[in-house]
Amino acid sequence: MLKTALHSTHERLGARLIDFGGWEMPVMYRGIRDEHVHTRTASSIFDVSHMGRIEFRGPAAEGLLDHVCTRNIAKLKVARSGYSHVCNEDGGVLDDVIVSRFEDHLLMVCNASNREKILAHLHKHAKGRDVVIEDKTTSTVMFAIQGPATLPLFRENLDKLPIDVDAMGRYGFVTGSYMGTGYSVFRSGYTGEDGLELILPTMAGVLVWNYLTKDGGEKRVTVRPAGLGARDTLRLEAGMPLYGHELHKGIDPISARCGWCVDLEKDFIGAAALRQINADGPRRKLVGLVLEGRRIARQGAGVLVGDQMVGEVTSGTLSPTLEKSIAMAYVDADRSDADEKLSVDLRGSRVGATIVPLPFYKRVQ
Amino acid sequence: MGAPADRRYITTHEWHKLDGDVCTIGISRFAADELTDVTYVSLPAVGAEVVANQPFGEIESVKATSDLNSGVSGVVTEINGRLENSPELVNDDPFGEGWMIKLKVSDPAALDALLTAEAYEAQLGG
Repeated sequence: MLKTALHSTHERLGARLIDFGGWEMPVMYRGIRDEHVHTRTASSIFDVSHMGRIEFRGPAAEGLLDHVCTRNIAKLKVARSGYSHVCNEDGGVLDDVIVSRFEDHLLMVCNASNREKILAHLHKHAKGRDVVIEDKTTSTVMFAIQGPATLPLFRENLDKLPIDVDAMGRYGFVTGSYMGTGYSVFRSGYTGEDGLELILPTMAGVLVWNYLTKDGGEKRVTVRPAGLGARDTLRLEAGMPLYGHELHKGIDPISARCGWCVDLEKDFIGAAALRQINADGPRRKLVGLVLEGRRIARQGAGVLVGDQMVGEVTSGTLSPTLEKSIAMAYVDADRSDADEKLSVDLRGSRVGATIVPLPFYKRVQ
Repeated sequence: MGAPADRRYITTHEWHKLDGDVCTIGISRFAADELTDVTYVSLPAVGAEVVANQPFGEIESVKATSDLNSGVSGVVTEINGRLENSPELVNDDPFGEGWMIKLKVSDPAALDALLTAEAYEAQLGG
């Protein structure tokens, strides 16, 4: 398995490590629920260095990205990031990514499990184009620092770390150099909280992690490590899709509630198929469910109206914030209205479920 | 903290503590740690029959749902009602406050066939 630069730090912190997309990553340190709650109330740091970071340079870089991405990349401004899907010809999702425009290059951050697949896809479509594609995944680290205490912490330390989080705006980013080390800091995240994501050279990783997680003492909130387990429960509460669950090549962005990142006026791989789906209306839709009781619906659990199967659960958990069993599911479009009386099949027993608007949790702005 | 020596175990991690002909059953710390935060425990009703090596309930965490098994047969005399609102007791104190059911066992000698603490830990080491 591949290891990030923080691997021995995670071991030292007592993390439980698992194989995730070919990388040995921390699933938890203190406990998933503890880490989830700390993120919602204070600030957590996640090592997300396993995610793919791919840079594009050259006159055809933007054209290549506009060819493979659903989003209009030409309209993405410098120092801004945007969420996009990458689809196949049928409009099936190959990955969900974030594209950022720097002064002299474009960056795509993709899922760890899809990195090889996306690189092959990009190289195939780059043939004959004047573009250089560089995979920076192993020469950089990436941290997500998320939670309501994050931005105040950076504002307090503006003299030491000149990162103006307010000038950035949400989905903006800044680049700079501190003591000879280049950094990129993005105001984005995958938890439903405000916060930052940092990309640094590998050799600065441990130093910066230790600096950020040092004990804040009585007066200051301590940024605590959180693992992939909490990352999953946080994004689920925030109604965000996860590749391999809500997103996969058998589903299109429109059915997945991500039509907002698709520019149907643009030509890209999958555009024709998506225009058709948009015109016909999707046959199934991604919905949020709240179940009765505390039992958790797992991926694959059937969703029924009476005895008729009308859908399937993609993700489920017991929401620490709402103290309810929540799930996302694909449900037949004609059954996806909020007043349908549904049930979910949990290992043979039926539990009542209600469709609720996503997200389940929205931070106080 | 190892598996307490005052009780017996089965390979699916349930401990069995006999007092006369009543056996208290719960899961080991190893199992609780593997599950991570327990969110729900489904237990049988008082009076229900439990059959050795057949599931008598379910335990759920964020990570997984698992069956609960007993190594001995009997009738449920008591269940831990606190687990309904505080399933985290299983994580906090799996050998004590996190107990799950008490069984009036048909054959107390059947516990002798179950794993000792030492044997349970040895087969964990794997």
